[in-house]
Amino acid sequence: MSVAQAFFYLFSAVMIGSALMVIVARNPVHSVLFLILAFVNAAGLFLLMGAEFLAMILIVVYVGAVAVLFLFVVMMLDVDFAELKQGFAKHLPLGVILGLILFVELAMVIGTYLVSPDTARTTPTLDPSVSNTEALGRVLYTDYIYYFQTAGLVLLVAMIGAIVLTLQHRSNVKRQDIATQVARTKETAMEVRKVAPGQGL
Amino acid sequence: MAQDIASYGWVLALGLTVLKSLLLLVALLIFVAFILLADRKIWAAVQLRRGPNVVGPFGLFQSFADLLKFILKEPTIPAGANKGVFLLAPLVTATLALAAWAVLPVMDGWAIANINVGVLYIFAISSLGVYGVIMGGWASNSKYPFLGALRSAAQMVSYEVSIGFVVITVLLCVGSLNLSDVVNAQHGHYGMFSWFWLPLFPMFVIFFISALAETNRPPFDLVEAESELVAGFMVEYGSTPYMMFMLGEYVAIVTMCALTTILFLGGWLPPFDVAPFIWVPGVVWFVIKTCLVFFMFSMVKAFVPRYRYDQLMRLGWKVFLPISLFMVVAVAGVLQYTGWAPGQ
Repeated sequence: MSVAQAFFYLFSAVMIGSALMVIVARNPVHSVLFLILAFVNAAGLFLLMGAEFLAMILIVVYVGAVAVLFLFVVMMLDVDFAELKQGFAKHLPLGVILGLILFVELAMVIGTYLVSPDTARTTPTLDPSVSNTEALGRVLYTDYIYYFQTAGLVLLVAMIGAIVLTLQHRSNVKRQDIATQVARTKETAMEVRKVAPGQGL
Repeated sequence: MAQDIASYGWVLALGLTVLKSLLLLVALLIFVAFILLADRKIWAAVQLRRGPNVVGPFGLFQSFADLLKFILKEPTIPAGANKGVFLLAPLVTATLALAAWAVLPVMDGWAIANINVGVLYIFAISSLGVYGVIMGGWASNSKYPFLGALRSAAQMVSYEVSIGFVVITVLLCVGSLNLSDVVNAQHGHYGMFSWFWLPLFPMFVIFFISALAETNRPPFDLVEAESELVAGFMVEYGSTPYMMFMLGEYVAIVTMCALTTILFLGGWLPPFDVAPFIWVPGVVWFVIKTCLVFFMFSMVKAFVPRYRYDQLMRLGWKVFLPISLFMVVAVAGVLQYTGWAPGQ
């Protein structure tokens, strides 16, 4: 068994184990932490396949940003386990159906591959002189720039939508306006008065 | 025989890598011990104090005495804490901080792993650093640590954005994600004036300030903010776990100093390409520059009062983010239209 194979089995085993723990763990925070472990191992698998750019981006985006948000939400929410378990029987059929569909689809994919591996040729022809960062950049920003821009616009709309939904102008809140503070001069900020002794203002 | 060597070559490579890693680890830990002392000494000097001066000559062994003290103390775990996560958090912080050093080149070819995506690796590792903080704050099961952890996580995630854009401007000028290539790209005819700090000066300043915020150094140490949050996410920690947090924090600071050196101050390159300077080995230049950046970190700590939390967030999102975004566009445009872009 080569070193690469050994690492493949290590990463896969840890990943499957932690993916299982995500749904088995009783504490939701532990679930998220196991999810992060699964992400990191997925990045390891990408590395083994020679896709080092994807591996790093997976960690930066999913582990570094998305999972942090998950963790924030899960920590702030007060999850009641008794209540969660009540709905278990009600939602069980739906879950079973979804799981079944996923399982059948997976079986079909693997089955097709076993019967005739050439049905879906997904292995791209790699140019060894180009690093995969460069290859990805070429595909995204040169070959398919318009689709990329369109996707960016869709995300921009979603972002503006989220801001519009949560933005509210409250007039009773005091806010610091740095510009007015900096623009203050001696004339607008100070007033010199002559006070006669013993009289006050 | 030859086949044996070929098939067991990886054992040799593994042994060599382990040896190199151990060497770097020991050097780094000793460096951190003295950097810690230097931090306290500089801070003391600014305030006209003497600083630690009892253990060893000039207090040089203070950090080692502290290490012994931390290890010999009894670790306490709060009754309500989530034990596993509580102990995992400092380990995560320290391990991740050390892991970043795997790709940092201290001299031409002197990196444990000279990988193609070195910059991204550093970025990924530093974005993971936030987990030590969140886990520590949450597992303590107490109010102050939790508030401290939330603050700190928000702060670290915010400043990562501007650090990312600053790094992108440097990468645009280099044309490679490899850290050794970044340094070699700064080699020019004008010695220290062809390093990136001069052409990308605004980015250098933004990177320096963001590095302070990312490593939770004063004036952005709102994580600890002892006057309002006791000691932030570390309140419930003591003895060895606390030491791990401390170690992770200082290693992260040294990493940021080294990264500033690599990205903007020419890494191991001598300041001038003339006789007395090129006799000095590159690793010495690297250490000198890293120490210089750390000296700036310490002076900022001594001079500048702590930021308020909303001011910190404003600086990150409303000042640094637009400036660095604009600079990415500007630098890319200049490179494109002057034909200075690498690889053209």
